[in-house]
Amino acid sequence: MTDDNEIHAQQDLELLAFRVAEQEYSVNIMTVREIRGWAPATPLPHSPDYVCGVINLRGAVLPIIDLSARLGMNAIEATQRNVIIVMQLEGQTVGILVDAVSDILTISQSDIQPPPEMAKNRGETFISGLTIVGDRMIRIIDLTGVLPDNVKAAA
Amino acid sequence: MDPMAEIKASFFVECAELLEGLEEGLLQLQDGDEDPETVNAVFRAVHSIKGGAGAFGLEALVHFAHRFETVLDEVRADRLTLTQDAILLFLKAADVLSDHVTAAREETSVPSGKSDNTIQELEALLDIDANESNLPEAEVVADFSPMMLSLDLPQNDAIPPIGTQFRFITREGLVESGNEPLFLMRALAELAPFQAEIDTARLPDFDNLSPSKTYVDWTLKSNEHVDQSDIEAVFEFATDLCEIVFEEQTQIDFQNNPQIVHPPQTEHRETEQQDPQIVTDSEAIEPSKTITINEATKPKNLPKQPVSTATVRVGLDRVDRLVNLVGELVINQAMLSQSLSEIGLVSNTSVASGLEEFQQLTRDIQDSVMAIRAQPVKPLFQRMSRIVREAAEDTQKKVRLYVEGENTEIDKTVIERLADPLTHMIRNAVDHGLEKPQTRKQVGKTEEGTVVLRASHRSGRVVIEIEDDGAGINRPRVLKIAQDKGLIPEDANLSETEIDNLLFMPGFSTAKEISNLSGRGVGMDVVKRAIQSLGGRISIQSTPGQGSVFSISLPLTLAVLDGMVIEVAGQTMVVPLSSIVETLTLAEADVQILDQGTRIVQIRGSFVPLLDLAEEFGYRDAGAYPENAVVLFILAEDGERYALVVDLIQEQRQVVIKGLAETYGHVPGVAAATILGDGKIALILDTADLIGNAGHTDQNKLSLAG
Repeated sequence: MTDDNEIHAQQDLELLAFRVAEQEYSVNIMTVREIRGWAPATPLPHSPDYVCGVINLRGAVLPIIDLSARLGMNAIEATQRNVIIVMQLEGQTVGILVDAVSDILTISQSDIQPPPEMAKNRGETFISGLTIVGDRMIRIIDLTGVLPDNVKAAA
Repeated sequence: MDPMAEIKASFFVECAELLEGLEEGLLQLQDGDEDPETVNAVFRAVHSIKGGAGAFGLEALVHFAHRFETVLDEVRADRLTLTQDAILLFLKAADVLSDHVTAAREETSVPSGKSDNTIQELEALLDIDANESNLPEAEVVADFSPMMLSLDLPQNDAIPPIGTQFRFITREGLVESGNEPLFLMRALAELAPFQAEIDTARLPDFDNLSPSKTYVDWTLKSNEHVDQSDIEAVFEFATDLCEIVFEEQTQIDFQNNPQIVHPPQTEHRETEQQDPQIVTDSEAIEPSKTITINEATKPKNLPKQPVSTATVRVGLDRVDRLVNLVGELVINQAMLSQSLSEIGLVSNTSVASGLEEFQQLTRDIQDSVMAIRAQPVKPLFQRMSRIVREAAEDTQKKVRLYVEGENTEIDKTVIERLADPLTHMIRNAVDHGLEKPQTRKQVGKTEEGTVVLRASHRSGRVVIEIEDDGAGINRPRVLKIAQDKGLIPEDANLSETEIDNLLFMPGFSTAKEISNLSGRGVGMDVVKRAIQSLGGRISIQSTPGQGSVFSISLPLTLAVLDGMVIEVAGQTMVVPLSSIVETLTLAEADVQILDQGTRIVQIRGSFVPLLDLAEEFGYRDAGAYPENAVVLFILAEDGERYALVVDLIQEQRQVVIKGLAETYGHVPGVAAATILGDGKIALILDTADLIGNAGHTDQNKLSLAG
């Protein structure tokens, strides 16, 4: 993936860490465009349950993905305290609904471990690596393909 | 993009414009325009294409353009009379030239047969005319001013006797064809420093001076050795229009204040009159003397060319961004007004009046930005003239296309998406609409059929009409075909309009024999769908024996849409106004339930299937719509009506369309999204898709009801 190339190109990786369902995840900060507060989304009919709908991002229509539901956990009951991470993924702008943003981390490439084989084979986890900061385990996820399939085909 | 590709791309953009100009000029000639300048313009267009193509080494294009140009040159010189047949041939050649340009752009090749045939036909024209060549009129003279050079450069006295010297003798028509001596000399100056000696021997009195002719020749000298072939290469595109005479250079006499030609640093563009000072200067000086001219004049505005306003070429994406931003501004402004009214601001405060002004400004900006996207339909209509010619040739009919209102402006996206349906309709008009020449003769019409393509603004919409003076729609035959194909019941009693509208039904094609043109499996139903997807409507008026008129009515822009804002299960949505035929408050008594929970609503004696929008979108269980719900009657593509149940109608307003497919993807039943005054997103329904989906998920529901 593109992440790999970047990882090889530079030794240090900057990550944005956030919490979803009591767990800590992180994404490559280069894919993050902005972080904004939660706003009620307009639901889209005939869409998977992890698609919250669309919101108005300064005149653009931004689809919002409930990351918790997308990862197979319970859907987030969004409140004002929730956060949307606006990400640029394969030319598409997507909003990811998470519980909270926790940290910005700089991780050396050598500190990243690949996920265990077993986890890899179990469907869509999007987890591309694991790392430990202090006593916290942080999952590094690659959200390419987070949108529903029909969307990718249409885009 | 690498610079070369960029230059090439702009060459092709230019080519498209030149081709348009070429065709336009030829059509003017066809209409009896005898202005020599029109011929010149046509010639220049071909010449410029050739010139540019030569620079990029596009051999095939140069080859064809050159032959075409040669013939046109004969016309220009009045050695070839312009007959209608010749003009038709030129139009055809213009089409082939356009094919060549396209081929060059796409790096493919044009089928050599067509190109060669056209070349042969063009050259045949020359042969015929060579026999009866006559030169009845004076030479064509265009209003051009002579070219003066800027020669204010440092002197150079130390010049060795051996170098290069040649005479550059201008001929009639040099500047007309767009060859600027200035540019030629600039190109020369790149080879070596040259000295130019102007020869004004031919310069007449001021009274007899025609600003359109070139009277001056130059002797160009250089102290460096320059290959003859290099010099010839510079003059390559002007070889017929000037003479280059190389002279043995033995001794050059430089007493007369010689100057070296360098590219001038600045140009003084003169607006109207040639500076009289220059003329007197040159008169005062003895011929054959080197003169110093400190001001360069550019050729005057091309004569008689329609005054074209200055234009800037801007990428569509930039305009779109501007349109988006302005849409955002409008929404922002609405939000601001809303929140100000919420805090209960008194209406006569300065804030309120300022806001009002702001509102006015926003609206003005929106209108201006929309106007940027608007383009005249002219290029589209011009493309149609080619379609008519080809269709006429294929069907062996004589057809004349008249175009009206070609400066009518319409959104660029609409224009682009109109090309296919319009092409199809024009082909239909020629193929099905017009009769064969002999048939036309029999019924007392002229052999040449007429197709009129007309555009006009009508009550905030653009109406495009395609009118032919053919036989009109053969209604009994249309009816019979529809019955044979099982599109309508045998005993159906249809009005004339209803019969005409059968043409738009899927699976209908009236062509007896499948001709090369129509009958390509694309019917009028596709045309109708394309028009509808643009928010347009299409209708037919036809009079047997006199012809038919197909009218397309289109919104001015695709960026905004007239919509009805509705509410369904707490969600605000927008239904395009163009798809709604009627609205009704639902009374429980009107609704009948068929088996399997299918609901139908009775209106004026007919039953219309009921579609609950909330149920369709999964917002609510079947039949759970509130009391006093509203029904929108939607016309489906097959002419069938559907009743769409919504909770209530909020208002009717224009909304700015925001694409959903680009950011998310296709959502069944949803065409796009918009942003409402409160900043929230509302979905815009795609009623055709909605009905189509309902049919799929619940087939028997519709078959029972419909």
